[in-house]
Amino acid sequence: MSDVAERVKKIVVEHLGVEEAKVTENASFIDDLGADSLDTVELVMAFEEEFSVEIPDDAAEKILTVKDAIDFITANS
Amino acid sequence: MFDLSGKTALVTGASGGIGGAIAKALHARGAVVGLHGTRREALDALAAELGGRVHVLPANLADAAAVEQLAKDAEAAMGSIDILVNNAGLTKDTLVLRMKDEDWQTVLDVNLTAAFRLSRAAVKGQMKRRWGRIINITSIVGVTGNPGQVNYAASKAGMIGMSKALAQEVASRNITVNCVAPGFIASAMTDVLSDEQKAKLNAGIPAGRMGTSDEIAAAVVYLASAEAAYVTGQTLHVNGGMAMI
Repeated sequence: MSDVAERVKKIVVEHLGVEEAKVTENASFIDDLGADSLDTVELVMAFEEEFSVEIPDDAAEKILTVKDAIDFITANS
Repeated sequence: MFDLSGKTALVTGASGGIGGAIAKALHARGAVVGLHGTRREALDALAAELGGRVHVLPANLADAAAVEQLAKDAEAAMGSIDILVNNAGLTKDTLVLRMKDEDWQTVLDVNLTAAFRLSRAAVKGQMKRRWGRIINITSIVGVTGNPGQVNYAASKAGMIGMSKALAQEVASRNITVNCVAPGFIASAMTDVLSDEQKAKLNAGIPAGRMGTSDEIAAAVVYLASAEAAYVTGQTLHVNGGMAMI
């Protein structure tokens, strides 16, 4: 597992308070991990802080799963 | 009841009568208080009076960058902004036909836009900590209107709408957003009125007198407290019965 993937998963676990095993790459924040719309905004802000990247609103809207976040961050940092 | 020990509060416009009373009341309940204002000497004097648990944070709220910086300075000084009181406000009164664009814009910038920017900044940390209070000091004229104050009334009505929308966004994070709407409050501005003018004013108030800054501060203390956790998106009118909404 890449370093980015590990760090993304750690943020998701900490923020949403879910078990690590549930945070698979294909897990959807809202459908599988119980996030609400405010959680998704907070997650995006946490990713921006952790990886020093800027995630524009139109890109943030497309980050629906753990994999989406990992891919965006890998491509943009 | 209403214990604010361990909480941090940023009060804008603390160099004014109502803002100063709010800062003192929050401080008396145990909060660490950040005093924002434009008049440094007045803030320093208030800080000296309060003693400990106080920080002086002057800033020009008409300047977007200065507002962002104020939020950062407050968090750096106090560690957080648990309670934000958007109290700073100004008037540029004139009848609409004589009102210049800049009279409109300045009032909107300071009274409403600065409150938005500070709320946006404060709510970020409040969401992480799962606790927060935002209290916006609006005005009776934001609900009733007042000739000569289209800019001021719009800014104060804007605060009420903004508070209701924000309250819905952040309620699930134990953050409440409310307004306090003062009626006529005795201040340096009303001290200069003649007895005849005062009598005329008081005749329109069922309580028969103007309110005091401390009576506004008491409403703020309540909304800031743990006891008011289930009150959000509301406007608490403190006006001696002048308008009942």
